[in-house]
Amino acid sequence: MTLEEIANELALSVQTAPQKLQVEVTGGYASDLLSRVMAKAEQGNLWVTLQSHPNVVAVASLLDLAGVIITEGMELDPGTVEKAEGERVPILTTEHSTFTVVGKLTQLGVVGTDG
Amino acid sequence: MEQAATKEVTKLQELAYELRVEQAMTKEVYPVTPQSTMRELREIMRVNRISGAPVLEDGELVGIVSIEDLIKALAEGELDASVGEKMTRNVVTLYADEPLIHAVGKFARLRFGRFPVVDRQGKLVGIITQGDIVRALLRKLEVEYLEEEIHRYRASHIFEDIVADQIALVFRYSVVGKDFMRAGEASSGLKRTLSRLGIHPGVIRRVAIATYEAEMNMVIFTDGGEIGAEVTPERIKIEAIDDGPGIPDVEQAMQPGFSTAPEWVRELGFGAGMGLPNIEACSDEMKLESTVEGGTHLKATIYLDKRG
Repeated sequence: MTLEEIANELALSVQTAPQKLQVEVTGGYASDLLSRVMAKAEQGNLWVTLQSHPNVVAVASLLDLAGVIITEGMELDPGTVEKAEGERVPILTTEHSTFTVVGKLTQLGVVGTDG
Repeated sequence: MEQAATKEVTKLQELAYELRVEQAMTKEVYPVTPQSTMRELREIMRVNRISGAPVLEDGELVGIVSIEDLIKALAEGELDASVGEKMTRNVVTLYADEPLIHAVGKFARLRFGRFPVVDRQGKLVGIITQGDIVRALLRKLEVEYLEEEIHRYRASHIFEDIVADQIALVFRYSVVGKDFMRAGEASSGLKRTLSRLGIHPGVIRRVAIATYEAEMNMVIFTDGGEIGAEVTPERIKIEAIDDGPGIPDVEQAMQPGFSTAPEWVRELGFGAGMGLPNIEACSDEMKLESTVEGGTHLKATIYLDKRG
């Protein structure tokens, strides 16, 4: 399933890097602790978090993640947007909670890398 | 093979988002007026080797006329009819500053041969066909491909091209303390460099995680320092050096979950006490020396033959 299909299904709003939405999502990971994400998330994964500061982009880019969903309507720092455009990391936002987003992703067949 | 094809499509789509319509369109347009005859149109098309022309009246775009319209007029013996009678009136246009992908979408949906391109004031600035799009994408693809391939080629042959009994490449990155905006730039830079050297992606991932954690520790706890990577054909040795404040109890710091990070840092999602354990998990060898006030010196080695 591509990021674009997921964005449509979950009505996410695309904040950055729309040119990268065709990328295939290999699975998902959810956590707000960056070191856990560094340790566990795999290439092509979609990361669900409510962190919204610029370092989220560094983590996503270092791990070659497919993209980041930022939940609960968290406002993005201007620095985050700028960095994400530069590194071409798609950031998608939603008003829903991480729990709800992960539930919907699971229904769509996006599973955790340990699942 | 199929995977390669999918990748190619994705790359093209990415380029079609990056390019704007004006970068692909033909700027030389040969407009006709509604009063021109189809015979005059035929001559304009023949001389300029074009397959369609916008129709302008007092500078306003009022229609578009194509080679199909001309063929129909020819078949019906109406070469002296005016362009105004034969043209398509409801012209669908594209804006010059729209992403090229919008043009791709319109061609697919409407199946027209060409679209006039206008600026935001509605003034005609060009015309675009599917051929223009293909040419623009190929140009862009070639430029990007050449740039990255040249980097990659030069870099990945370096070990073969250099003659020496021992080769080691050293890369150094300075890290600024407390600067969360730039945090991660050293690891990102090293990751990109290793990828150009043609290092296996599994190895790069481990190096990226280890240097990221070391970099973040520097950003959070110190006034800055330096991260170095020494690459040989056998291994990558990472060193992270700072001037303090140092770790009082290294053994305790190595325990997963142990953290001395202040509350505000934890709220950002750092300081989960996983940094050093992550570095250890990614390294084949790791050594951490630290003295309070003296600073911290981390060495981590990752062997290139132990992939992933």
